[in-house]
Amino acid sequence: MSKSRFPGQLKNGIITENPSLVLLLGMCPTMAVSTSLKNGLGMGFAATAVLICSNFVVSLVRKVIPSKIRIASFVVIIAGFVSMVQMLLEAFIPVLSEALGVFLPLIVVNCIILGRAEAFASKNPPLSSAGDGLSMGLGFTCSLCAMSIVRELLGNGTIWDFRLIPPVYEPAMIIIMPAGGFLTLGCLIALVQHLRRKSAAGKEARGK
Amino acid sequence: MSFTGLVSIALGAILIENFILVKFLGICPFLGVSKKMDTAAGMGLAVTFVMALASVFTWLVNHYLLVPLNLQYMQTLAYILVIASLVQFVEMFLQKSVPGLYRALGIYLPLITTNCAVLGVAVLNTTKGYNLLESLVYGISGGIGFLVAILLFSSIRERLEFSDHPKAFEGFPITLVSAGLLAMAFMGFSGLKIW
Repeated sequence: MSKSRFPGQLKNGIITENPSLVLLLGMCPTMAVSTSLKNGLGMGFAATAVLICSNFVVSLVRKVIPSKIRIASFVVIIAGFVSMVQMLLEAFIPVLSEALGVFLPLIVVNCIILGRAEAFASKNPPLSSAGDGLSMGLGFTCSLCAMSIVRELLGNGTIWDFRLIPPVYEPAMIIIMPAGGFLTLGCLIALVQHLRRKSAAGKEARGK
Repeated sequence: MSFTGLVSIALGAILIENFILVKFLGICPFLGVSKKMDTAAGMGLAVTFVMALASVFTWLVNHYLLVPLNLQYMQTLAYILVIASLVQFVEMFLQKSVPGLYRALGIYLPLITTNCAVLGVAVLNTTKGYNLLESLVYGISGGIGFLVAILLFSSIRERLEFSDHPKAFEGFPITLVSAGLLAMAFMGFSGLKIW
């Protein structure tokens, strides 16, 4: 059952309910680590791994935990997986763990993860919860990548450290500075809203 | 620890490395509860209070529990538990003894648990190797930085309500763009040097 619904879940997570561009959850890491594609992708995958594991486990124990203390127990489960990811990255990809810095332990308080645990995993069976975690995580990764491609290209003239714009162009430093994070995300969400409004209008016209 | 060192930590956390506008910590409440100035002030005060307490308690837990027992890898888990219970205790204490303040802060208190500025200040205190007094100063000034940013931003937003902007930018995007302009203004402090 969960298998047949998975493509729908995937589309839901990446497009219709993209966590950071449509639901507007998890803004802090979206802006903070999207200065280069490497960091953005690393953060996205780290969060996705935590999201899949925590959704799976939360869904396994959903009938055992009394509803009064559920949020506290969810947080403990999430924090456990975050510590694991943190230690794995420190051991195998120390460069990435250094670049993400304080935002690696801060995955614990990323609203996307607690939000999905509460809204989806606490009501659905384990396998489809893991699928939901995967699709939401990929949606988060996609929007992080979009942000970081724009910012790295405009702010540094490179993508994945590969120079795309000839050095004649002076890169706009402001885009990779903190202020640029707000500006880029604002413009990206405006673009998404514009497209959504357009497609909604198109559907209405076709309906008539 | 010299007095000047503490002053430079405080000024650094309030202006040069503002938690919201430079470090991107605590964006959710910053965007969520900055529609009106009085609620923004309430949230800012509550966050400052909890950040100061959290800095002290996580320092104590780290220094007297995690380090002697060689359990530093449990740091994230321990800190989030400390913060969650701290917020709960603060809530109960205020409800009993200062009901006026409790009512003013309202729903913002429980929300602070998931504010990344609070966990962020605890983790940063540890990675920077601050002592107890430095941690306390860093926590308080980080909170004041949060308060300053959210107050400035809420007064901008109150005026933004009546302005005319492109349709696609309605709501969230225009808020983010104006936050970007505010962050640009704070970049001016980056050259500030103390002694």
